[in-house]
Amino acid sequence: MNIHDAIDSKRIMSLVVIALMPALLFGMYNIGLQNAIAAGPAAVESTGWFSMFLYGLLVMLPKIAVSYIVGLGIEFTVAQWKKEEIHEGFLVSGILIPMIVPVGCPLWIIAIATAFAVIFAKEVFGGTGMNIVNVALIARAFIFFAYPSVISGESVWVSTESVLGLGNEIDGYTCATALSQLSGAGVDSVVGACPAYELTTADMLIGTMPGSIGETSVIAIALGGLLLLFTGVASWKIMVSVFVGGIAMSLFFDATLPESNNMAHVPFWQHLILGGFCFGAVFMATDPVTSARTEKGKYIYGFGIGAMAILIRVLNPGYPEGMMLAILLMNVVAPFIDYCVVQRNVKARAKRVTKKN
Amino acid sequence: MGLFSKKNTEAFKTPLLKENPVTVQVLGICSALAVTNKLEPAIVMGLSVTVIIAMANVIISLIRNTIPNRIRIIVQLVVVAALVTLVSEILKAFVYDVSVQLSVYIGLIITNCILMGRLEAFAMQNKPWPSFLDGIGSGLGYAMILIVVAIFRELLGSGTLLGMQVVPDFLYAAGYKNNGLMLMAPAAFFIIACIIWFQRSKDKNLQEK
Repeated sequence: MNIHDAIDSKRIMSLVVIALMPALLFGMYNIGLQNAIAAGPAAVESTGWFSMFLYGLLVMLPKIAVSYIVGLGIEFTVAQWKKEEIHEGFLVSGILIPMIVPVGCPLWIIAIATAFAVIFAKEVFGGTGMNIVNVALIARAFIFFAYPSVISGESVWVSTESVLGLGNEIDGYTCATALSQLSGAGVDSVVGACPAYELTTADMLIGTMPGSIGETSVIAIALGGLLLLFTGVASWKIMVSVFVGGIAMSLFFDATLPESNNMAHVPFWQHLILGGFCFGAVFMATDPVTSARTEKGKYIYGFGIGAMAILIRVLNPGYPEGMMLAILLMNVVAPFIDYCVVQRNVKARAKRVTKKN
Repeated sequence: MGLFSKKNTEAFKTPLLKENPVTVQVLGICSALAVTNKLEPAIVMGLSVTVIIAMANVIISLIRNTIPNRIRIIVQLVVVAALVTLVSEILKAFVYDVSVQLSVYIGLIITNCILMGRLEAFAMQNKPWPSFLDGIGSGLGYAMILIVVAIFRELLGSGTLLGMQVVPDFLYAAGYKNNGLMLMAPAAFFIIACIIWFQRSKDKNLQEK
């Protein structure tokens, strides 16, 4: 990370990991909460928030451990092999990968996806700081295309097993994410699509709903986002323009597409707080290695991500969530955006010089 | 000159590994992506291409001195097209299911760069017998890569080989899942890339400084 500036990359990485903590801790609590909701109203009443959190922690720890062991294992091996220093590049990716998968994703799939992402998205490009696409998102994309059944559908978003006596053993509980419910049925039917489950705007903001582990809580993500903005690690230009792009695209679709497309008529603010939009905007789009580096380019890059995410959500019924693919696509385009911005600048200055003479 | 003189065996062996059409010359990638998600069509495709290259090489080599230079590409195309049509009809007659799976890709052998490459680069300058060996070598070099890629893709993507289940049921029961990515074209890219990577790390001559 950050081969292009002088700030110590270790400090930046630690800051990003700290910024991820609210979302991670809330995600753990939410795992417990969703498990209790699935078990029925009585379980929600009788389970304290701390035991919900503890349950989530126990479910989450193996995923984090697997991601770090596999990722760092490969990094160390490659570093030994190439006789290079070991970078701390996997610190952030290692915590991101378990946060952007559903709780029902098996450990061995996380291990394979992490290995694939580290080797094919990072090491073959030259290692830390040289990757052109976001490593954690490649891991997610790998799972998405290779094992679609563990990352979409209705049965993977809620943990249904008890761990060390905590949590409840539940049979045959299914509950899709808000986005896939929206894309499947219609705006009104989010409410009550799962047994004992009703989604309010407060739920969407606080994050007490099924979804990938770290993505659900807008408030927790905002806390981390503020830290990144105040310390200057993440670019506000990218973050703001992602949201602007998302709003513009959803307003455009709302006005132009016929009634039959449910996704198009989700209110624009709901588009922004559902699914991985916030998480992607704050933690993924702003990754300084893979984003555009020119100042004007950052606006274009961010806008492209927001607009593309909504475009995929609305126009492709197969992919109720578009954030992952939007960020990956713009990662690939980012160097081209930078090139165009730089060339325009070069031309403008050349013109100025020739005018003067 | 003996039938299996050093020069002739070289003509056969070089395109197998050192000048492999897929991994070294990076030709014929299109069909290597398209027909390799199952092993059976990959084998049939590899053999068809081998037969067509070998025969086309021999025919072009026989008439190489009478082909007017300015229309040689057209002449080569006519020969290849005739052979492709022949093979396509034979496949339809004897292995109909596979020919359905291969669909347009048999017909598209005519546009396979490996063929035109060998005709231009080898058959136009060499006698029939070395041309035949060169064609067989190139075809088998191509078929070999296709088969390796197809083995990985069918085994990991469908859990079968030649349609027979290889991954045991108890693994599925334990939570193992087939890798859907392997059935998509990008998987062939990754596997071919890995083969190229492996080959280049072994062969010093291929390493770029």
